[in-house]
Amino acid sequence: MLETIDLSLVNWSRAQFALTAMYHWIFVPLTLGITLIIAFMETIYVRTGNPEWKRITKFWMTLFGINFAIGVATGIILEFEFGTNWSNYSWFVGDIFGAPLAIEGIFAFFMESTFIAVMFFGWNKVSKKFHLLATWLTAIGANLSALWILVANGWMQKPVGMVFNPETARNEMMNFWDVLFSPMAVHKFLHTTSSSFVLASIFVIGVSAWFLLKKRDLSMAKKSIAVAAVFGFLSSVYTVLSGDSSARQIAHEQPMKFAAFEGLYNGSEGAGLIAFGVMSTTETDPDNENLKDFNMIIEIPNVLSYMAFLDWNAFVPGVNDLIKGNPKQGIMSAQEKIDRGKIAIQKLKDFKDAKKAGQTARADSLKTEFMSKSFQDNYFKYFGYGYITDVNQLIPSVPLSFYSFHIMVVLGGWFMLFFILSFWFVTKGVIQNKKWFLRAAIWTIPLAYLASQAGWVVAEVGRQPWVIQDLMPTMAAVTRISSGAVMVTFWLFAAVFTTLLIAEIKIMIRQIKIGPHKEEGGNK
Amino acid sequence: MFESLSHLVLQQYWWIIVSLLGALFVFLTFVQGGQTLIYTIGKTDTERTMLINTLGRKWEFTFTTLVTFGGAFFASFPLFYSTSFGGAYWVWFAILIFFVIQAVSYEYRKKPNNFLGAKTFEWFLILNGLFGTILVGTAVGTFFNGAMFSLNEMNNVIWATPFRGLEAVLTFHNVALGLSVFFLARVLGLLYFMNSVESDEMFARSKKHLLYNTIPFLVFFLFFLIALILKEGFAYNPETGEVFMEKYKYLHNLLAMPLVAVILLVGVVGVLWGIASALLKKSTKGIWFAGAGTVFTVWMLLLLAGFNNTSFYPSIHDLQSSLTIENASSSHYTLTAMSYVSLTVPFVLGYIWYTWKSMNKTKISKEELGKEDHLY
Ligand code: HDD
Ligand code: HEM
Ligand code: HEM
Repeated sequence: MLETIDLSLVNWSRAQFALTAMYHWIFVPLTLGITLIIAFMETIYVRTGNPEWKRITKFWMTLFGINFAIGVATGIILEFEFGTNWSNYSWFVGDIFGAPLAIEGIFAFFMESTFIAVMFFGWNKVSKKFHLLATWLTAIGANLSALWILVANGWMQKPVGMVFNPETARNEMMNFWDVLFSPMAVHKFLHTTSSSFVLASIFVIGVSAWFLLKKRDLSMAKKSIAVAAVFGFLSSVYTVLSGDSSARQIAHEQPMKFAAFEGLYNGSEGAGLIAFGVMSTTETDPDNENLKDFNMIIEIPNVLSYMAFLDWNAFVPGVNDLIKGNPKQGIMSAQEKIDRGKIAIQKLKDFKDAKKAGQTARADSLKTEFMSKSFQDNYFKYFGYGYITDVNQLIPSVPLSFYSFHIMVVLGGWFMLFFILSFWFVTKGVIQNKKWFLRAAIWTIPLAYLASQAGWVVAEVGRQPWVIQDLMPTMAAVTRISSGAVMVTFWLFAAVFTTLLIAEIKIMIRQIKIGPHKEEGGNK
Repeated sequence: MFESLSHLVLQQYWWIIVSLLGALFVFLTFVQGGQTLIYTIGKTDTERTMLINTLGRKWEFTFTTLVTFGGAFFASFPLFYSTSFGGAYWVWFAILIFFVIQAVSYEYRKKPNNFLGAKTFEWFLILNGLFGTILVGTAVGTFFNGAMFSLNEMNNVIWATPFRGLEAVLTFHNVALGLSVFFLARVLGLLYFMNSVESDEMFARSKKHLLYNTIPFLVFFLFFLIALILKEGFAYNPETGEVFMEKYKYLHNLLAMPLVAVILLVGVVGVLWGIASALLKKSTKGIWFAGAGTVFTVWMLLLLAGFNNTSFYPSIHDLQSSLTIENASSSHYTLTAMSYVSLTVPFVLGYIWYTWKSMNKTKISKEELGKEDHLY
């Protein structure tokens, strides 16, 4: 069933997806957050009637427009890439996965693209109230598009609400609400949107800090900081809380990912949390009980067990436990899972062969067996493992996961502090004198992007080798095409997106330097 | 209410919706058509800015319709999504890249320090208008002429040529559809300019070019239509699912579905009437007739491709791998769930209509642009 697969094809396809997704993700979080910040500002304008708030609103809107255009340009590739590069995946789960993408288009993208036109061009054409409504609907539309794609992504991390149909060789949806309200999807949505609000707030504060350093547009800058600091602080608290509950979710559903980003090779009861560590570069030998994973480590005892299972002494499995199995803790070995997966694949093949040969009775009985609860729970559950040829394929890149995760968490702490300081300084009216803080604010902008990208690396690299957890490994998902073709499109996108990114950054910086319009109306 | 419908009815319902989205997309390519004419109709920089701004307030609709079309196809006929996108790799990526460069061009063209210069972004718009339309039309041509794929027992696509879909250009019938779409897009773009821009010179120029573009449109479109009616088509036996060739299949479809034939005719007449009213009566309303006509025509053409036991994505490499609305669709459950979602579409269309009206109350003129502080 699974012919020999060209590994370089899989790797180029992954690289291409990672490239395009990460480019898209440069622009999306700013859109998610800044549309809301703009909506807050315009609301203040409509309530107070103070034209300065209108100028502030318009200034941030200009920057949003520049960011939005390239966000859209990078998004369309992703939507079709599931078909072009992951066509086997698209069939295997299209019955479930297609729905959120379609709903996203119908609900979210149309809402956003309709009202964004009013937002930019409607100032003189529609009433103040309708304009404000359009701004809010743009923000809501943007965040709705995040919802649906994250439902899809959450489903890949923990497939729910479906059953495999051997006739069509695909998974079919059984319960839409299970898919929509899957805890994985809910956590993902809350954490991703709140972290995007953090990023956008940092962007607003950082840009405003530049104006303060240049001693320009002081009133606009301070007002913007005040709005963004409050919004950012609330969002950052929520980001940390939802990140923590995401991690707990993962400890239950994707223990290998959890072990990887915590850097835990050998599991233990009362496991300690590694607050800071430098990973050892020497080979890690799974049979060595005392292996040294870290050259340097600061570990807080028992905290990891508590974080993962809300029990200070709970057992947290490490990478080695998950591979070799740990009968004492009731963990099945990877080899056993592979064997069971092979049996499931073989049974499907027998069924297909019987059907092809016209042996209806045999086909029917095989199907009944296949669909029986005991077969589903004991064998089909490990279907994807049947494709795995070597247990080591089941281990994601531990250093990449570990460092990305720790970068994200450490920065999350700094951001919280950063918002508190911003708020404190701006309410005390001293922020323009704190040169060090203003410079730090500018530098925090790239850090926000770093944290955000790191989060996706944790989520996506950590789940390797699975596209769909336990059901479909990445290598089985890929479209059969020459790896040369994928290489060409990879470099094509790299060149096009990089060119557009440079244009975007140059335009953005120039628009910031131009600053807000001095008075109402008229061209720049 | 939807759950009580048979699977076949739901499949037909979704084919109707997907076809309608495709038809709306073709109408909305007036943006693409207009983009290829910015130098022809706009002689000065100000004129070009007027044209680009009038198109720029609509491009998002075209783009979003394309994205939604992709999503809706994925949800309702996932096997088409995986087969065609994964198989005809080069065609789809060529289309996409021409849409990527469009998406930034409006916003970035006039901005200072934009790295590539206004000219480059204008060229991006022209390339998008040219290749976006021709390639989409050619790709849709394969709905009637077939493609070079086969499917294995896991329904994974295997493509029979290394050109990955580009071989579609070797079939002239496909290309004729591509060129029809291209010239139609230009016709619609001109009618849209005549409707939304206030400038006597540009109106006169648009009118002149309307004639120049109508002629090739008619030549290619009539060729496509007549060849379609005369050609053999891909039929399947609804009992066994077996696919076979049938002489005059699309003519038979027209005769078997007289309503489709009538609406198709009304659509073609609508397009012609829209053009004629603009040419002869200097009407500014041509876009509405031609636009509605386009929607009806394309919609019915796509119904011809999928209804009446016809394979909508045939394989000329392995006939039995051909896709039909019955073997390519989602499960009954998913189609039911998505049908509930489809009930919100009139509401979406309603607010789009409302905002479009309130935004197009005043025509684009030099004065109007002077008042705006957000310009493309
Ligand atoms: C500004 C950005 C930002 C910040 C400060 C944080 N995160 Fe985060 N994190 C994200 C931005 C992000 C993200 C980009 O939004 C991700 C990627 C995928 C996802 O669901 O959200 C993510 C993913 C992500 C995941 C993986 C989810 C998965 O695999 O499904 C975990 C476990 C955490 N985060 C945990 C945390 C914790 C404990 C933080 C505490 C301080 C934290 N994050 C701060
Ligand atoms: C926009 C934010 C996202 C980023 C930055 C991101 C990042 C990545 C990265 C880094 C990889 C490569 C993993 C590796 O090389 O091991 C990857 C793969 C992948 N991601 Fe994401 N991802 C994002 C969102 C999503 C979403 C929302 C989905 C699904 C709905 C998704 C689906 C996939 C798929 C199908 C692959 C390819 C298969 C694989 O290598 O696992 N990604 N992504
Ligand atoms: C990998 C899966 C993804 C796909 C297939 C995808 C697809 C798209 C497409 C096609 C667009 C353009 C829509 C238009 O026509 O306006 C877009 C834009 C957008 N996407 Fe994504 N996207 C993905 C990941 C994400 C994620 C993870 C989020 C948020 C959490 C997100 C949020 C947005 C938003 C807010 C926009 C609006 C424009 C902008 O980016 O600034 N997308 N996306």
